Amino acid sequence: MPTSFTLNGQPVTLDVDPEMPLLWAIREKAELTGTKYGCGIAQCGACTVHIDGEAARACVTPVSAVAGAKITTIEGISGKTAEAVQASWQKLNVVQCGYCQSGQIMSAVALLTDKPKPNNDDIDAAMSGNICRCATYHRIREAIHDAATAL
Amino acid sequence: MNKKAFPFAAAKTSMSKPSRRDVLKGTAAGLIIGFVFTPRGSRVLAAEAPPPLTNAELVNAFVRVAPDNTVTVMIKHLEMGQGVYTGLPTIVAEELDADWSQMRAESAPANAALYKNLAFGMQGTGGSTAVANSFEQLRKAGATARAMLVEAAAKDWKVPAVDITVSKGVVSHAASQRSATFGALADKAARLTPPADVKLKDPKDFTLIGTNVPRMDNVEKTTGKAIFALDIVRPGMVYAAVARAPRFGATMKTFDPTASMRLKGVISVTPISSGVAVVADSFWTAKQARDALQITWDESKAEKRGTPELLAEYKKLAKTQGQSAKKAGDAAGVLAKAAKTVTADFEFPYLAHAPMEPMDAVVEIKDGACEVWAGCQFQTVDQGNVARVLGLKPEQVTIHTLLAGGSFGRRANFASDFIVETAEVAKTLPAGTPVKLIWTREDDIKGGRYRPMYVHSMTAGLDANGALTAWSHRIVGQSIMKGTAFAGQPGSIDATSVEGASNLPYNIPNIDVELHTTDVGVPVLWWRSVGSTHNAYATEVFIDIMARAAGKDPLAFRQAMLPAEHARHKAVLDLVAQKSGWGTALGANKARGIAVAESFGSYVAQVAEVSRDAKGDIKVERIVCAVDCGIAINPDVIRAQMEGGIGYGLGAVMKGAITLKDGLVEQSNFDGYDVLRMDEMPKIEVHIVPSTANPTGVGEPGVPPAGPAVANAIFALTGKPVTVLPINKAKLSS
Ligand code: FES
Ligand code: FES
Repeated sequence: MPTSFTLNGQPVTLDVDPEMPLLWAIREKAELTGTKYGCGIAQCGACTVHIDGEAARACVTPVSAVAGAKITTIEGISGKTAEAVQASWQKLNVVQCGYCQSGQIMSAVALLTDKPKPNNDDIDAAMSGNICRCATYHRIREAIHDAATAL
Repeated sequence: MNKKAFPFAAAKTSMSKPSRRDVLKGTAAGLIIGFVFTPRGSRVLAAEAPPPLTNAELVNAFVRVAPDNTVTVMIKHLEMGQGVYTGLPTIVAEELDADWSQMRAESAPANAALYKNLAFGMQGTGGSTAVANSFEQLRKAGATARAMLVEAAAKDWKVPAVDITVSKGVVSHAASQRSATFGALADKAARLTPPADVKLKDPKDFTLIGTNVPRMDNVEKTTGKAIFALDIVRPGMVYAAVARAPRFGATMKTFDPTASMRLKGVISVTPISSGVAVVADSFWTAKQARDALQITWDESKAEKRGTPELLAEYKKLAKTQGQSAKKAGDAAGVLAKAAKTVTADFEFPYLAHAPMEPMDAVVEIKDGACEVWAGCQFQTVDQGNVARVLGLKPEQVTIHTLLAGGSFGRRANFASDFIVETAEVAKTLPAGTPVKLIWTREDDIKGGRYRPMYVHSMTAGLDANGALTAWSHRIVGQSIMKGTAFAGQPGSIDATSVEGASNLPYNIPNIDVELHTTDVGVPVLWWRSVGSTHNAYATEVFIDIMARAAGKDPLAFRQAMLPAEHARHKAVLDLVAQKSGWGTALGANKARGIAVAESFGSYVAQVAEVSRDAKGDIKVERIVCAVDCGIAINPDVIRAQMEGGIGYGLGAVMKGAITLKDGLVEQSNFDGYDVLRMDEMPKIEVHIVPSTANPTGVGEPGVPPAGPAVANAIFALTGKPVTVLPINKAKLSS
């Protein structure tokens, strides 16, 4: 049964198994590959997207659950907060291998949208679900604080 | 779905034509992939692929100066986060006197003749060698291109070459007030014969080396545009998942594909050397069908021992004499008469690398040739292994080395395991069918190639003055190199088992280091900093134990034992002590620990500060790090590698363990194989020792001191040494 939703502002209809996780549907069917697979069980955050503005793990979200929803992926983020986050990430050379960073940025944008001036505890709470095996945590924290100064 | 109606296209790969130029002739068999990194974001799409090379370009194996004024550096190493796409172009740009904005980075094809790692003799990345082995090679490549541009201008302007200067990508002749860009001179320079010899800069004249040029891959890695193997899209591509034996060494006996084939979208179920592969029209379907397979395994040769059995065997072995890796003086005799002796036994678990991008590759076989897209870390080996499996010649296998989502050693293996699997699956499909094979995280965590498990047994003695006079160190564990191309003579000591132990920098007159190499069916592999992951821990923690037994300050105890030839160890210790406030008061329930280690030619010392809360929980608050890696190409990248190495090492010593029960791995994903997270990352400060020595690596050397520095801080706080890893398993109760 096809499922319709909005993906990065565009209406889409995907004719896939409704149980297929949104992660694989957007990567393989919509061919948006910025959202990554890291664990498949909501443990790592590599697959983080925004569903109706909230950060969510696409690997455990079946396509059927997003019928009619607004999905934003790393390719579709825009606006002041997203730009500030990306600019701070670049300014502070946060990335290493970069594989986790789509998810990190999606979580950070959601955090800053919610709380434009997060403290360290807010950052711990919002970001501890996003694993970075390159351990760029130190710079992610700095970049979030840096982005906050622009908001 | 109607794909056409979809407004987005994923990045497709494309090829640019190989060069005809003499120097590049050797690469004709290998195409160059069209991912070009620029300081402002890469051109990754087919439509934006780099233009084919023309005669108007100045080319050598590593540098292309194009009429559009870009300078592209061919990167022979895998970019897995360590920063080679930034550091290596910096070296070329320095000697070329280019402007950073005109620099580009592009992955080199597999071609050992041109692109071998000078430390390995084959094309590959590892051992923190990328900058060290490329430094002179790339300086020469840059200087050669510069000399040719200067000569072209001299001929054109009819002025002596010596009167010409180059700065920020502009070639100038002051007297005649003439100048030209590299791009304008590229065509004429390309017609010249490269000079046989070029003069390199005096390092004191470096203007780019030593500065923090931004990472070349910043933009694509913050916009989702960076292309990893997971992201390759090829027309008609299918997806594969593999069922592998639950016990190492088991082989497939029978399989029943019925339930799997019933799933919509499943294309094939085929046995391959590592198990049974399922191919489907989506990875999700392939994985479900893989999980539905009914397989019986022949476990007659499988490893069935678990961690408790191995531990008991290792502990028994540690009590017996091993193979000598280092012997000086008479350790046994001096220990027997020492004023005080102390013994400590250490336990280290197996560790998975768990890079964020699980193992994955895309392979396409067509017309007697094969293309591979992967985060290839050993290009020469991977190319050879794929050729062997497919019955092709290595030059018929084109390797596209993509960005890798981390590796930490995992992608560098002599079996090319995940790439060979993909090639085996591709071979079963109709010609021209590209297949993407993905390991799930469970496949990765249970898949072996771990940092080996080790037991260490150590005894040391103090004389009446509290001086460390004898040291006995026994190491028990598997050999990483055994059975590989890097293995020594049969029966010889695997140097990676004892590195960091047999070359202890401290001046101890009587020393014995012995090794028991065990035979276990669990596949093992190098893991970020290899032998130093356990040897630096055991030796540096034991040094603190001995310092306490001698009633001495751990820093002073170390400094007194470091001879003059280990001045670089001394210097990083001094710097880290000064920057961390070593010896100053910290307050209640807080303590510092120090550790130093040399690995891969770089020297790193760290001071950890830990605190204990009311519940007795330990938190690592801050780590101060001093590093001497020779000339600092890019201080910010060095700092990042130290930060990352510390986080990686810390996660392992605090939480990391792969354990086996009756030969079955007990962890399967990040819920059971726990890794460091944001809330556990300490504050980190990195200080770089100024140096004029040739640059050495930074990818691994940040790891070894992190564990022992933290353990020594815990020891200072609780009075109990941490000898069983991970720390969270050790009993920390005071
Ligand atoms: S892939 Fe979804 S949280 Fe890890
Ligand atoms: S940057 Fe490599 S996993 Fe985060």
